[in-house]
Amino acid sequence: MTTLTLGRALNEGLRRTLADDPRVLVMGEDVGALGGVYRVTDGLQAEFGADRVIDTPLAESAIVGTAIGLAMRGYRPVCEIQFDGFVFPAFDQIVSQLARMRSRTRGKVALPVTIRIPVGGGIGAAEHHSESPEAYFAHTPGLRVVTVANPQDAYTCLRQSIASDDPVIFFEPKRRYHAKGEVDLEAPLSAAPPLDGARVLTMGDDVTLVTFGALVPTALDVAAVAADEGTGVEVIDLRSLSPLDVDTVAASVRRTGRVVIAHEAPRSGGLGAELAASITEACFAYLETAPVRVTGHDIPYPPARAEQHHLPDLDRILDGVDRALGRTPVEAAP
Amino acid sequence: MSTATGMTRLLDERGTRLTSPEFDPVLADLTSADLLGLYRDLVLVRRLDAEATALQRQGELALWPPLLGQEAAQIGTGRALRRDDFVFSSYREHAVAYTRGVALPDLVRVWRGIALSGWDPFEIGMAAPQVIIGAQTLHATGYAMGVQRDGSDAAVVVYLGDGAMSEGDVAEAMVFAASFRAPLLFVCQNNQWAISEPVRLQTAVPFADRATGFGIPGRVVDGNDVLAVLAETRAALARIRAGEGPQFLEATTYRMGPHTTADDPTRYRDAAELEAWRERDPIDRMARHLRALGILGDAEEAGVQAEAAAAAAELRAGCLALTDPEPLSVFDDVYAEPHPRLDRQRAEYADYLRGFDS
Repeated sequence: MTTLTLGRALNEGLRRTLADDPRVLVMGEDVGALGGVYRVTDGLQAEFGADRVIDTPLAESAIVGTAIGLAMRGYRPVCEIQFDGFVFPAFDQIVSQLARMRSRTRGKVALPVTIRIPVGGGIGAAEHHSESPEAYFAHTPGLRVVTVANPQDAYTCLRQSIASDDPVIFFEPKRRYHAKGEVDLEAPLSAAPPLDGARVLTMGDDVTLVTFGALVPTALDVAAVAADEGTGVEVIDLRSLSPLDVDTVAASVRRTGRVVIAHEAPRSGGLGAELAASITEACFAYLETAPVRVTGHDIPYPPARAEQHHLPDLDRILDGVDRALGRTPVEAAP
Repeated sequence: MSTATGMTRLLDERGTRLTSPEFDPVLADLTSADLLGLYRDLVLVRRLDAEATALQRQGELALWPPLLGQEAAQIGTGRALRRDDFVFSSYREHAVAYTRGVALPDLVRVWRGIALSGWDPFEIGMAAPQVIIGAQTLHATGYAMGVQRDGSDAAVVVYLGDGAMSEGDVAEAMVFAASFRAPLLFVCQNNQWAISEPVRLQTAVPFADRATGFGIPGRVVDGNDVLAVLAETRAALARIRAGEGPQFLEATTYRMGPHTTADDPTRYRDAAELEAWRERDPIDRMARHLRALGILGDAEEAGVQAEAAAAAAELRAGCLALTDPEPLSVFDDVYAEPHPRLDRQRAEYADYLRGFDS
């Protein structure tokens, strides 16, 4: 085992993939000499050359669009979109092209393209640098959407995403880039849990708490605080946002009867809505109370000095747990 | 307006062959049979196009975007390609698909509404036609970057129209193609109209000048002159194979028909304009040229017309034989790898459908 930051684990994942598969290419803005604005591609161009770690012009639609063409030619491009809020110029190429090519061509054209996107807030950034756009992509058939919360998953899930013959949107929780953890760099990918499965992180009998990405460590803090108060919180890290592993969540909810869903993105039409509906469909009779969502507000991302009023934190999620337990009225929070 | 280059033309409207020190050597290998073959291509694709329009009028196709008037621009470019070259196109390049060897019913598969693409791209060396305007230029650029990495001297050709030239994706494609020196030929068929919008709305300068501004050599060819189009395309492909990077060719032509069978051009364009372009018809011009050379006589003309009629009959029969997709096939090929949520939806819908069996 090696201790790595999440960002370094991603770097090692890319390095390993580039070394193992000559068809893999890394492309994006500033990914070469600079190593990316978050240094996730640090050292890769020096090691693998400018033909395989490609600094592109500043054109997101073209980064994805040319990756599609490269994939048609047999390459496996890994695109970096510099910030979450910069993905929208590429939206058409992702939604209208990348996601559909396999279906359009009845399986004749596979597009094994991975799009890495630093995601989420909490870093005091300028506008368009703190977005959580995952629901747009999770709503799009043909894409897989993955996010990670710890260095081991960062290393493993990125390699699994690149190895997948489906296009994958890979969200990296940017405020956790520097979080450290143990990583087994030598474990074979074949032994890793499937890319589309959620993971139960803590066992608890009272409330199921479902989240993903940057909020996973916060959820673990919630479980610790709740445990001190005698409440058992079962934390589930979704990891895959499309497809959603509803079976794992439902199995937990059937035991706890209560569920809290937390994400940074605005509430309306967010993944919490899909989860709440799916959980209700799957285990309505087991629910003691309505699913509770703790999310960002339905507002454009606020200025940095106000982001703490937007992002779910320990206290807001604990409040959600209280509401799920009937300690505060659920109906007060539509 | 000044142009980057004059417009290349090897046949005038009367079909007279104009000499060209630059392009005569490029076409020196063409035999009489080759010239007659080009004429046959032009006649045949116009006949196929008319048949598809008829099929739409008879309710057999939902829609058809006619290529009428653009035969020479498409045959001249298509016939310059090698088997290992690769084509990306918009949705009007039926004649290009024909030059790539597409099975005729595959031309109408999409327009009958039974599939989202007509053929296997890797079988004929041509991607599925693109509906989003200009989006294919980026795919072509990326594919060409791949060809470059493979060390191949194959070329990639991407077709786009005058309307697409306003799309951001096309500008981005030119930036990438130029910066990476991708082996890519942009073929802009300027057919003067983007549905109802005239080309003057899309640009204040000649398109070839715009390409030059990106560092991509831009040329203009008379798109209704099949010999000039063939010569310019051959020359551009030779430069690409020699490692000179991307090239741009504007084929000046005219969409003589509607945008699609759902369009009514009488609402926005002058009948006189169409009449003026009829004088420059690409097929009449080639016919006059070949008749003057003695290559095309009445017997040859009858043979070409018979071949065209047979192709049209084949297209019609093939079209009518295309059956609707199986209901559950809509779930196929959305993902390469297992997807439990979608598998469940398929099972639910299968159950629902079985309810009609009893």
